[in-house]
Amino acid sequence: MKVTVEITRRPEIADPQGSTIQRALSDLGHTDVVSVRVDRVVHLDVTGEDPEAVKQNVEEMCRQVLANPVLEDFTVVTG
Amino acid sequence: MRTAVIVFPGTNCEQDVVHALSTLGGDAELVWHRENDLSGFDGVVLPGGFAHGDYLRTGAIARFSPVMAEVERLAEEGLPVLGICNGFQVLCEAGLLPGALIANRDLAFICRFVELEVTDTDTVLTRAAEAGQRIRIPLNSYEGSWVDPDQTGRVPLRYVDNPNGSQDSAAAVANLRGNVVGIMPHPERGVDHLLGSTDGRILLEGFLHSMALA
Repeated sequence: MKVTVEITRRPEIADPQGSTIQRALSDLGHTDVVSVRVDRVVHLDVTGEDPEAVKQNVEEMCRQVLANPVLEDFTVVTG
Repeated sequence: MRTAVIVFPGTNCEQDVVHALSTLGGDAELVWHRENDLSGFDGVVLPGGFAHGDYLRTGAIARFSPVMAEVERLAEEGLPVLGICNGFQVLCEAGLLPGALIANRDLAFICRFVELEVTDTDTVLTRAAEAGQRIRIPLNSYEGSWVDPDQTGRVPLRYVDNPNGSQDSAAAVANLRGNVVGIMPHPERGVDHLLGSTDGRILLEGFLHSMALA
């Protein structure tokens, strides 16, 4: 089963990369962009039939290693 | 008093740490990250580098290396545990220190001498120093900006002129007990006049002394 994990930095944590891209876009004339955040997507292929069980399994992986709870939130999407 | 200097795949400051501790009269030994027994050691240093290629996040994979269970045990027993640069990142990922390290404010890799001020002398790294003392040692990092949303960290060393956006200008962070410390600049590169500073000595001397007291 294909699983997609989106790991996003919490809004209160600075994202220097996003700010730099926002400034670059602004320099290129895209002054309508008020904020940019760069996040991470992890694609997994996991054995298992039950999407709910797989989702819980992957959420556990996120808490354990894939995301850093100090900085990041995560969303798991199966299928 | 023996210090274990942990080597992960990608660690690159371990020889400098062993050299520095030996210069100061310590007995330091390299220990591979797959080891799972640190009995007989009185303290641990996690040196700088790029453990496991910094993949996923800095320190994220290293914290699961077999030796880390022993590092946690020593920390719990109150023995001195020091993480330098990448080692600091590993200690945060392992939950032995509060907060996390993110990319420098200006997205620049910073490699230069920085000046620090001692703000708390009740830790294994700063016990030989005096409050208010200035320390000049090299900083060499990209992900060196410490953040701690819960604001639970103790900050024994602050940057005089914050180069990377670190919260509270923290150059070093300690746990509440003061026996686990992470420092972003490199004290081991400041033990010899030839390299431009000997200010790192007072920190590493404090660490060696702490092992004798623990």
